[in-house]
Amino acid sequence: MKDIFEVLRGNPGDADHNKKGVIVQGITGAYGSLHTRNMISYGTNVVAGVTPGKGGQKFDDAIPIYNTMSEAVEATGARISAVFVPAKFFLGAAKEALEAGIELLVAIPEHIPIRDTMSALDMAQKKDARIIGPNTPGIMMPGIIKIGIMPPTPFKPGKIAVLSKSGTLLYEISDALSSAGFGQAITIGIGGDPVNGTRLIDAFEMIRDVPDIDGMVVVGEIGGDSEEMLAQLIMDTGFAKPTVAYIAGRAAPKEKRMGHAGAIVMGTYGSAESKISMFNKANIPVAKRPAEVPVLLAKKMENGDGGGSPGTTGGGD
Amino acid sequence: MRLLEYQAKELFREYGIRLLDGRSSTSIGEARGHAGELGYPFVIKIQVPVGGRGKAGGVQSCNNPDEFEIRYPQVMNLVIKGEKARAVLLEKMADIKKELYVSLFLNRSKRCYTIIASSEGGVEIESVKSQTIREVGMGDVSRETALEVAGQIGLDGRLADGFADILVRLSRLTVEKEAELAEINPLAITPGDSIIALDGKFVTDDNSNFRHPELAKYQEKSEIEERAEKSGFSLVELDGDIAVVGNGAGLVMSTFDMLSDNGGKPACFLDVGGGATTESVYEALTLISRIRGVKSILVNLYGGIVKTTVVAEAFLRAYESGLIDMPVYAKLKGTESDKAKEMLRDSRTEMFDSVEGAINAAVLGGKKS
Repeated sequence: MKDIFEVLRGNPGDADHNKKGVIVQGITGAYGSLHTRNMISYGTNVVAGVTPGKGGQKFDDAIPIYNTMSEAVEATGARISAVFVPAKFFLGAAKEALEAGIELLVAIPEHIPIRDTMSALDMAQKKDARIIGPNTPGIMMPGIIKIGIMPPTPFKPGKIAVLSKSGTLLYEISDALSSAGFGQAITIGIGGDPVNGTRLIDAFEMIRDVPDIDGMVVVGEIGGDSEEMLAQLIMDTGFAKPTVAYIAGRAAPKEKRMGHAGAIVMGTYGSAESKISMFNKANIPVAKRPAEVPVLLAKKMENGDGGGSPGTTGGGD
Repeated sequence: MRLLEYQAKELFREYGIRLLDGRSSTSIGEARGHAGELGYPFVIKIQVPVGGRGKAGGVQSCNNPDEFEIRYPQVMNLVIKGEKARAVLLEKMADIKKELYVSLFLNRSKRCYTIIASSEGGVEIESVKSQTIREVGMGDVSRETALEVAGQIGLDGRLADGFADILVRLSRLTVEKEAELAEINPLAITPGDSIIALDGKFVTDDNSNFRHPELAKYQEKSEIEERAEKSGFSLVELDGDIAVVGNGAGLVMSTFDMLSDNGGKPACFLDVGGGATTESVYEALTLISRIRGVKSILVNLYGGIVKTTVVAEAFLRAYESGLIDMPVYAKLKGTESDKAKEMLRDSRTEMFDSVEGAINAAVLGGKKS
């Protein structure tokens, strides 16, 4: 699969370096249009929109609208799509996008049936494409490109990678990081659904060998075992860069869905304790509060201490 | 949603999985009729959407009408992990030679369905050492695969056939209803070598409800939860006294954790969703005002693009209309926060710059009163 940074910013010398085209599916909906404008004002190069039946019109008198993804891709050459269609239309929109040659599909909607996510993922795999989400705030490289719904203010360009299941916690923690002088090279919204197009381990593989990244912050929450898998992968393969985690939902009752479809503890599967103990085993400290994340990261940076080597237990104050 | 045992069994029956004769009821009057139809002995089983009912005394046998008259009300009045009985299931008893385990669940990180089967049933599967685990893609299990699994848990001949038949039916049910989990534990072998589902657990994917109107009758929602859903909120009611409100599931969970760390007891988890408007916050306050036992409200809104004055307006309106008369401790980050503080100066809402400040005040406020 193509390097994520190449997809998001291209290579120096390319005509579209740092201004890669993005197509918005569902551009004329209330949600899609609001966030298209926000993306554009951030500097994202939105080159086309797709709304069936509105082909030939222009969004805000500037961005051409097409009836289908294949027309939009053919006309613009863009390989990134941001999907803002209602959940029940997601699978159709995703298939159309992947069929048209989209390499990175950012799935914003919440409430997509799991089966539809799995079908879209199956197709993405066959097409060698990536899906971020669903139920994600999106992906961004601060200062360069924002594909999604994040407010711009918490983020500053820098050298930290932030991977997060939650949207608002991504903002809150990035804000705290930015204030502490830790800007972000990339932030990836994993999403709050049970099945994620890009899992924590996939997002980690995207950034692990990037020289411009100095550290990583993982924002997890109860449900599933993707945090445990990441901790295991880091223990197995090592990762020399300072890493800090935060896990939401320590006090959540069992067997109740806490807002996100994926945020549910079933028996011991998905519990906060399980995630925290695995991170500690991987020498990754887990903050007790969002505000503690930059403090722990600074400590790790000072010690030049990476994750992966079992031994000292981390943990909050 | 998690179906109750008797509801899961209704689906099992529809898909041809063998069960014992049983009847569910919500009153002893109704159940007396069922007792007559079934005949003694039988078991009575509390119907709650949580596990651990056996240990809590929620499953009792009745050998005669006297035992039934005593035990039915006992079981009906149990509260298990905070959950009251939704119904009581009366079921015939079976002679059991052996208990097995089988389930199909959505493996979230592998992103496929997975069969778990074991020759040891009737106990929590986490505690069982010999498990057969088999990934099956989108959940369709062929007869060949099912027979292989049967062989792996030590069944052969007629028993292997019977087990495979049940597994294929269970997979059809899982796929057609888009379940996250379908579990039979225990799956019993009788002395006559027939295989019967003694218990049933079935969890569906709420996001696919729109494709399954036939499951709507199992949907169980309080009036408050229904209103919350209509407004696009997520609400979980708990038994503490501080209502926790915020935007974004992660942020509300995080607030919840910090509140608990400081000794506070949450009365609810309320995520008002992405944006916050005067109307949505007012509606959130309306819902909270209907939850029993709430003494104060803790608000944590991350206002990326939210004007805090818009939120402050909702509090003012709620006090004015008499909707709420309790202290609110709020952390609002966003634009116009000085103006919002000014607006709320004479009200019972206190504004804080940090969530820690708001939490401390909420916990202290609770101790004072």
